[in-house]
Amino acid sequence: MFVRLSAAIAALSILGSAVLAQGAKPTDPQIAHIAYTAGVIDITAAKQAIEKAGNKDVKAFAQGMVRDHEAVNKQALDLVKKLNVTPEDNDTSKTLSKQAADKLAELAKLKGAEYDKAYVANEVAYHKAVNGALETQLIPSASNAELKSLLQTGLKIFQGHQQHAEQVAAKLK
Amino acid sequence: MRPGCYLPVMAALLFGAIEVPAHAATIQITTTDLVFAPAEVSVKVGDTIEWINKDVFVHTATARNGDFDVMMPAKKTVTSVLTKAGTVEYYCRYHPNMKAVLTIAP
Ligand SMILES: [Cu+2]
Repeated sequence: MFVRLSAAIAALSILGSAVLAQGAKPTDPQIAHIAYTAGVIDITAAKQAIEKAGNKDVKAFAQGMVRDHEAVNKQALDLVKKLNVTPEDNDTSKTLSKQAADKLAELAKLKGAEYDKAYVANEVAYHKAVNGALETQLIPSASNAELKSLLQTGLKIFQGHQQHAEQVAAKLK
Repeated sequence: MRPGCYLPVMAALLFGAIEVPAHAATIQITTTDLVFAPAEVSVKVGDTIEWINKDVFVHTATARNGDFDVMMPAKKTVTSVLTKAGTVEYYCRYHPNMKAVLTIAP
């Protein structure tokens, strides 16, 4: 429990401070990049889980993550194309990617039920962190209405993912 | 055709009309931003539900009691005919906090 909580807090503060570190609020091209990166990270983690997870609920959850995050990211790509915006790499995206790569390597070492639990716990923490960033930073900072609306849809579906992950985590105990 | 041939046809039409509700309706249920709307619908056995998924996400309309399990591909409309009466709670298997109720009269 303590490990899980501290992981959540670490994820939250890293994402929060990375966004805050930029000082000025992120621009739309940066927001698009952050949102897309956050999706890619969850898809990558889910693909690892589809390979490694033993529990069928965990596997089904991971398949859902691939399906939904790919759908959101496809929307995001269509939107940036339509708006003629080039997503711009930034410190938040870099921090997110770095942290995710470390987590992926850490999870890769685990096996069986231990892996399942760690993956799901991280999904809870990760979605919590992303949702916090969407709510407090990305959505308020977005200036384009369509981008804002896409982020709001994203928030709604990611909140569902967080609850779903919490349900799966509760069943694993 | 001899006049006698019409009898079975007439009978089929008559009984057919009794068996199939004359006013089988088509009801639309939409998913937008991960919400089934309307959330509560009263229908009858024999009615058709048009499941309209406006989201970019795949959903399902899955009855808790196992009576139906409809796949709702992203941005598509699918139909299903209700065959059993009852008050049926249903949800999306992929997004379990999407929930709604169908009240199906016999
Ligand atoms: Cu769904």
